[in-house]
Amino acid sequence: MRVACDDLTEQLATVASDDGALDRGARRHVDGCLRCQADLVQHRRVLRALRSLRTEVLEPSPGLVTEVLAHIEEGSERHAIRSLLTGRRAAYIGGLAAATAAAGAAGAIVLATRTKGRRLPLAG
Amino acid sequence: MVTDAGTSPGSHARDPRSDPEAMAALVARAQAGDDKAFEELVNATHVETYTLARRLTGDDDDARDVVQEAYLRAYRSIGRFRGEARFSTWMYRITANCASTQLGRRRRHRHEELAEDLVVVDTRPELDPVAQADASDLRTRVAAALEELPPKLRAVVVLRDVYDLPHEAIAAELGISESAAKVRLHRARRKVKERLFPAREPGERPDGEDH
Repeated sequence: MRVACDDLTEQLATVASDDGALDRGARRHVDGCLRCQADLVQHRRVLRALRSLRTEVLEPSPGLVTEVLAHIEEGSERHAIRSLLTGRRAAYIGGLAAATAAAGAAGAIVLATRTKGRRLPLAG
Repeated sequence: MVTDAGTSPGSHARDPRSDPEAMAALVARAQAGDDKAFEELVNATHVETYTLARRLTGDDDDARDVVQEAYLRAYRSIGRFRGEARFSTWMYRITANCASTQLGRRRRHRHEELAEDLVVVDTRPELDPVAQADASDLRTRVAAALEELPPKLRAVVVLRDVYDLPHEAIAAELGISESAAKVRLHRARRKVKERLFPAREPGERPDGEDH
Protein backbone atom coordinates (compact mmCIF):
# COMPACT_ATOMS: atom_id res chain seq x y z
CA MET A 1 0.00 0.00 0.00
CA ARG A 2 1.32 3.41 -0.95
CA VAL A 3 1.92 5.67 2.06
CA ALA A 4 1.17 9.39 1.73
CA CYS A 5 2.76 12.17 3.77
CA ASP A 6 -0.57 13.12 5.34
CA ASP A 7 -1.06 9.55 6.61
CA LEU A 8 2.08 9.88 8.70
CA THR A 9 1.41 13.16 10.47
CA GLU A 10 0.34 11.51 13.74
CA GLN A 11 2.89 8.72 13.55
CA LEU A 12 5.82 11.08 13.07
CA ALA A 13 4.87 13.03 16.18
CA THR A 14 4.66 9.79 18.15
CA VAL A 15 7.95 8.45 16.82
CA ALA A 16 9.71 11.71 17.63
CA SER A 17 8.67 11.34 21.26
CA ASP A 18 9.96 7.76 21.54
CA ASP A 19 6.42 6.53 22.24
CA GLY A 20 6.30 4.35 19.16
CA ALA A 21 7.97 3.17 15.98
CA LEU A 22 7.20 3.40 12.27
CA ASP A 23 6.12 0.29 10.44
CA ARG A 24 8.16 -0.88 7.46
CA GLY A 25 6.03 0.86 4.80
CA ALA A 26 6.07 4.15 6.67
CA ARG A 27 9.82 3.91 7.26
CA ARG A 28 10.44 3.30 3.57
CA HIS A 29 8.34 6.35 2.74
CA VAL A 30 10.17 8.58 5.22
CA ASP A 31 13.55 7.37 3.95
CA GLY A 32 12.69 8.71 0.53
CA CYS A 33 10.63 11.76 1.48
CA LEU A 34 12.39 14.98 2.42
CA ARG A 35 9.13 16.54 3.53
CA CYS A 36 8.50 13.83 6.13
CA GLN A 37 12.15 13.85 7.19
CA ALA A 38 11.92 17.59 7.76
CA ASP A 39 8.66 17.04 9.66
CA LEU A 40 10.34 14.46 11.89
CA VAL A 41 13.29 16.75 12.57
CA GLN A 42 10.89 19.54 13.52
CA HIS A 43 8.98 17.25 15.89
CA ARG A 44 12.26 16.25 17.55
CA ARG A 45 13.39 19.87 17.89
CA VAL A 46 10.08 20.81 19.51
CA LEU A 47 10.35 17.90 21.90
CA ARG A 48 13.94 18.73 22.83
CA ALA A 49 12.95 22.33 23.46
CA LEU A 50 10.01 21.20 25.60
CA ARG A 51 12.25 18.90 27.65
CA SER A 52 14.81 21.63 28.09
CA LEU A 53 12.16 23.73 29.82
CA ARG A 54 12.39 21.24 32.67
CA THR A 55 15.79 22.62 33.72
CA GLU A 56 14.49 26.15 34.03
CA VAL A 57 12.58 27.69 36.85
CA LEU A 58 10.33 30.71 36.83
CA GLU A 59 11.07 32.74 39.94
CA PRO A 60 7.92 33.86 41.75
CA SER A 61 7.82 37.38 43.09
CA PRO A 62 8.68 37.56 46.81
CA GLY A 63 6.17 36.56 49.46
CA LEU A 64 4.92 33.28 48.03
CA VAL A 65 6.19 31.15 50.94
CA THR A 66 4.50 33.49 53.43
CA GLU A 67 1.26 33.25 51.44
CA VAL A 68 1.50 29.46 51.36
CA LEU A 69 2.10 29.16 55.10
CA ALA A 70 -0.73 31.60 55.88
CA HIS A 71 -3.06 29.59 53.61
CA ILE A 72 -2.11 26.37 55.40
CA GLU A 73 -2.71 27.95 58.79
CA GLU A 74 -6.05 29.36 57.71
CA GLY A 75 -7.01 26.06 56.09
CA SER A 76 -6.02 24.12 59.19
CA GLU A 77 -8.09 26.40 61.42
CA ARG A 78 -11.10 26.00 59.14
CA HIS A 79 -10.53 22.27 59.14
CA ALA A 80 -10.32 22.16 62.94
CA ILE A 81 -13.52 24.18 63.33
CA ARG A 82 -15.28 21.94 60.83
CA SER A 83 -14.09 18.85 62.68
CA LEU A 84 -15.32 20.31 65.95
CA LEU A 85 -18.71 21.10 64.45
CA THR A 86 -18.88 17.69 62.84
CA GLY A 87 -18.02 16.11 66.19
CA ARG A 88 -20.70 18.12 67.98
CA ARG A 89 -23.22 17.31 65.28
CA ALA A 90 -22.36 13.63 65.58
CA ALA A 91 -22.74 13.78 69.36
CA TYR A 92 -26.09 15.59 69.01
CA ILE A 93 -27.39 13.10 66.46
CA GLY A 94 -26.07 10.23 68.57
CA GLY A 95 -27.81 11.61 71.67
CA LEU A 96 -31.01 12.09 69.72
CA ALA A 97 -30.83 8.55 68.38
CA ALA A 98 -30.17 7.16 71.88
CA ALA A 99 -33.11 9.12 73.32
CA THR A 100 -35.39 7.91 70.51
CA ALA A 101 -34.28 4.34 71.05
CA ALA A 102 -34.82 4.62 74.80
CA ALA A 103 -38.30 6.10 74.27
CA GLY A 104 -39.12 3.35 71.80
CA ALA A 105 -37.96 0.66 74.21
CA ALA A 106 -39.96 2.18 77.05
CA GLY A 107 -43.04 2.37 74.85
CA ALA A 108 -42.60 -1.24 73.81
CA ILE A 109 -42.32 -2.33 77.45
CA VAL A 110 -45.46 -0.40 78.39
CA LEU A 111 -47.37 -1.87 75.47
CA ALA A 112 -46.17 -5.37 76.27
CA THR A 113 -47.15 -4.97 79.91
CA ARG A 114 -50.64 -3.72 79.01
CA THR A 115 -51.18 -6.49 76.49
CA LYS A 116 -50.08 -9.06 79.04
CA GLY A 117 -52.46 -7.53 81.64
CA ARG A 118 -55.44 -7.72 79.27
CA ARG A 119 -54.73 -11.32 78.33
CA LEU A 120 -54.40 -12.65 81.87
CA PRO A 121 -58.16 -12.89 82.70
CA LEU A 122 -58.82 -14.69 79.44
CA ALA A 123 -56.11 -17.19 80.24
CA GLY A 124 -57.74 -17.91 83.64
CA MET B 1 12.06 35.95 35.67
CA VAL B 2 13.59 32.74 34.37
CA THR B 3 16.73 31.07 35.67
CA ASP B 4 18.41 27.71 35.25
CA ALA B 5 17.38 25.17 37.90
CA GLY B 6 20.96 24.00 38.31
CA THR B 7 22.18 27.41 39.31
CA SER B 8 19.63 28.26 41.98
CA PRO B 9 21.12 30.46 44.64
CA GLY B 10 21.78 29.05 48.06
CA SER B 11 22.75 25.51 46.97
CA HIS B 12 24.96 23.58 49.42
CA ALA B 13 25.75 19.98 50.44
CA ARG B 14 22.72 19.35 52.68
CA ASP B 15 20.31 21.34 50.58
CA PRO B 16 17.18 19.16 50.19
CA ARG B 17 16.89 20.45 46.61
CA SER B 18 20.08 18.61 45.69
CA ASP B 19 20.31 15.99 48.45
CA PRO B 20 17.62 13.28 48.31
CA GLU B 21 18.51 12.04 51.81
CA ALA B 22 18.03 15.50 53.28
CA MET B 23 14.70 15.71 51.46
CA ALA B 24 13.62 12.28 52.74
CA ALA B 25 14.56 13.28 56.29
CA LEU B 26 12.48 16.45 56.01
CA VAL B 27 9.51 14.48 54.67
CA ALA B 28 9.81 11.97 57.55
CA ARG B 29 9.84 14.80 60.10
CA ALA B 30 6.84 16.45 58.43
CA GLN B 31 4.98 13.13 58.48
CA ALA B 32 5.67 12.90 62.19
CA GLY B 33 3.86 16.22 62.65
CA ASP B 34 6.82 18.61 62.61
CA ASP B 35 5.38 21.81 61.09
CA LYS B 36 8.81 23.39 60.91
CA ALA B 37 9.94 20.54 58.65
CA PHE B 38 6.95 21.09 56.38
CA GLU B 39 7.83 24.78 56.21
CA GLU B 40 11.34 23.80 55.14
CA LEU B 41 9.83 21.55 52.46
CA VAL B 42 7.83 24.49 51.17
CA ASN B 43 10.96 26.64 51.16
CA ALA B 44 12.91 24.00 49.27
CA THR B 45 10.30 23.17 46.64
CA HIS B 46 8.07 26.21 46.13
CA VAL B 47 9.98 27.60 43.14
CA GLU B 48 9.65 24.32 41.23
CA THR B 49 6.00 24.03 42.22
CA TYR B 50 5.37 27.61 41.16
CA THR B 51 7.14 26.98 37.85
CA LEU B 52 4.83 24.07 37.05
CA ALA B 53 1.75 25.99 38.21
CA ARG B 54 2.80 28.98 36.12
CA ARG B 55 3.32 26.82 33.06
CA LEU B 56 -0.03 25.10 33.54
CA THR B 57 -2.08 28.21 34.18
CA GLY B 58 -0.16 30.76 32.13
CA ASP B 59 -0.93 33.37 34.75
CA ASP B 60 0.94 34.56 37.84
CA ASP B 61 -2.10 35.11 40.08
CA ASP B 62 -3.60 31.75 39.18
CA ALA B 63 -0.24 30.07 39.71
CA ARG B 64 0.09 31.55 43.21
CA ASP B 65 -3.42 30.35 44.11
CA VAL B 66 -2.60 26.90 42.76
CA VAL B 67 0.64 26.74 44.75
CA GLN B 68 -1.15 27.71 47.97
CA GLU B 69 -3.85 25.11 47.48
CA ALA B 70 -1.34 22.45 46.45
CA TYR B 71 0.70 22.88 49.64
CA LEU B 72 -2.43 22.88 51.78
CA ARG B 73 -3.46 19.54 50.25
CA ALA B 74 0.08 18.24 50.65
CA TYR B 75 0.10 19.32 54.31
CA ARG B 76 -3.15 17.49 54.95
CA SER B 77 -2.10 14.32 53.17
CA ILE B 78 1.63 14.15 53.87
CA GLY B 79 0.94 11.10 56.03
CA ARG B 80 -0.20 9.22 52.93
CA PHE B 81 2.99 9.98 50.98
CA ARG B 82 4.81 6.64 50.90
CA GLY B 83 8.07 7.78 49.35
CA GLU B 84 7.77 5.54 46.27
CA ALA B 85 8.18 8.61 44.08
CA ARG B 86 10.21 11.72 44.79
CA PHE B 87 8.50 14.34 46.91
CA SER B 88 8.73 16.78 43.98
CA THR B 89 6.93 14.29 41.69
CA TRP B 90 4.22 13.88 44.31
CA MET B 91 3.92 17.67 44.45
CA TYR B 92 3.69 17.84 40.63
CA ARG B 93 0.69 15.54 40.71
CA ILE B 94 -1.05 17.56 43.41
CA THR B 95 -0.22 20.79 41.58
CA ALA B 96 -1.59 19.42 38.31
CA ASN B 97 -4.80 18.48 40.06
CA CYS B 98 -5.14 21.89 41.71
CA ALA B 99 -4.36 23.68 38.44
CA SER B 100 -7.04 21.67 36.67
CA THR B 101 -9.57 22.70 39.31
CA GLN B 102 -8.42 26.32 39.20
CA LEU B 103 -8.62 26.51 35.42
CA GLY B 104 -12.10 25.00 35.45
CA ARG B 105 -13.15 27.70 37.89
CA ARG B 106 -11.47 30.52 35.94
CA ARG B 107 -12.90 29.42 32.60
CA ARG B 108 -16.32 30.32 33.84
CA HIS B 109 -15.28 33.81 34.88
CA ARG B 110 -12.90 35.34 32.41
CA HIS B 111 -11.20 35.26 29.02
CA GLU B 112 -7.85 33.66 28.48
CA GLU B 113 -5.07 36.20 28.63
CA LEU B 114 -1.83 35.87 26.75
CA ALA B 115 1.03 36.07 29.18
CA GLU B 116 4.03 38.28 28.66
CA ASP B 117 7.03 36.90 26.83
CA LEU B 118 9.44 34.94 28.94
CA VAL B 119 13.09 35.85 28.88
CA VAL B 120 15.12 32.68 28.87
CA VAL B 121 18.77 32.59 29.82
CA ASP B 122 20.77 29.42 29.37
CA THR B 123 23.97 29.58 31.37
CA ARG B 124 25.30 26.10 30.67
CA PRO B 125 28.91 26.55 29.52
CA GLU B 126 29.03 23.36 27.47
CA LEU B 127 27.00 24.98 24.74
CA ASP B 128 28.75 27.08 22.17
CA PRO B 129 27.36 30.60 21.72
CA VAL B 130 25.61 29.88 18.42
CA ALA B 131 23.97 26.66 19.66
CA GLN B 132 23.17 28.43 22.92
CA ALA B 133 21.47 31.29 21.10
CA ASP B 134 19.59 28.85 18.88
CA ALA B 135 18.44 26.66 21.78
CA SER B 136 17.52 29.68 23.83
CA ASP B 137 15.55 31.15 20.96
CA LEU B 138 13.68 27.90 20.35
CA ARG B 139 12.95 27.51 24.06
CA THR B 140 11.61 31.04 24.23
CA ARG B 141 9.37 30.34 21.27
CA VAL B 142 8.26 26.99 22.71
CA ALA B 143 7.42 28.63 26.03
CA ALA B 144 5.42 31.31 24.20
CA ALA B 145 3.67 28.64 22.09
CA LEU B 146 2.74 26.74 25.24
CA GLU B 147 1.16 29.81 26.74
CA GLU B 148 -0.98 30.26 23.66
CA LEU B 149 -2.39 26.74 23.86
CA PRO B 150 -5.84 26.19 25.32
CA PRO B 151 -5.36 25.22 29.01
CA LYS B 152 -6.59 21.65 28.52
CA LEU B 153 -4.01 20.98 25.82
CA ARG B 154 -1.28 22.89 27.62
CA ALA B 155 -1.72 20.80 30.75
CA VAL B 156 -1.06 17.46 29.06
CA VAL B 157 1.91 18.58 27.00
CA VAL B 158 3.56 20.29 29.98
CA LEU B 159 3.02 17.32 32.27
CA ARG B 160 4.13 14.75 29.69
CA ASP B 161 6.87 16.41 27.66
CA VAL B 162 8.30 18.86 30.18
CA TYR B 163 7.78 17.00 33.47
CA ASP B 164 7.77 13.45 32.10
CA LEU B 165 4.73 12.27 34.08
CA PRO B 166 3.23 9.00 32.77
CA HIS B 167 -0.02 9.12 30.81
CA GLU B 168 -1.79 7.29 33.63
CA ALA B 169 -0.84 9.91 36.23
CA ILE B 170 -1.76 12.76 33.92
CA ALA B 171 -5.18 11.26 33.23
CA ALA B 172 -5.77 10.66 36.94
CA GLU B 173 -4.85 14.19 38.01
CA LEU B 174 -6.78 15.91 35.21
CA GLY B 175 -9.83 13.73 35.71
CA ILE B 176 -9.86 12.38 32.14
CA SER B 177 -9.33 8.98 30.54
CA GLU B 178 -5.89 7.88 29.46
CA SER B 179 -6.96 7.80 25.82
CA ALA B 180 -8.31 11.35 26.10
CA ALA B 181 -4.98 12.41 27.58
CA LYS B 182 -3.15 10.89 24.61
CA VAL B 183 -5.45 12.56 22.09
CA ARG B 184 -4.94 15.91 23.78
CA LEU B 185 -1.20 15.36 23.81
CA HIS B 186 -1.12 14.76 20.05
CA ARG B 187 -3.20 17.84 19.39
CA ALA B 188 -1.05 19.94 21.70
CA ARG B 189 2.21 18.79 20.12
CA ARG B 190 0.85 19.46 16.65
CA LYS B 191 -0.25 22.95 17.62
CA VAL B 192 3.11 23.77 19.19
CA LYS B 193 4.92 22.52 16.12
CA GLU B 194 2.63 24.44 13.77
CA ARG B 195 3.25 27.56 15.82
CA LEU B 196 7.03 27.14 15.63
CA PHE B 197 7.24 25.81 12.10
CA PRO B 198 4.26 27.18 10.18
CA ALA B 199 2.99 24.87 7.45
CA ARG B 200 4.13 25.57 3.93
CA GLU B 201 1.71 26.49 1.19
CA PRO B 202 0.03 23.49 -0.44
CA GLY B 203 2.26 22.03 -3.11
CA GLU B 204 5.39 23.66 -1.72
CA ARG B 205 8.03 21.13 -0.66
CA PRO B 206 11.35 21.64 1.05
CA ASP B 207 13.03 19.81 -1.79
CA GLY B 208 10.76 21.17 -4.47
CA GLU B 209 9.30 17.69 -5.14
CA ASP B 210 5.80 16.36 -4.81
CA HIS B 211 5.00 13.05 -3.13
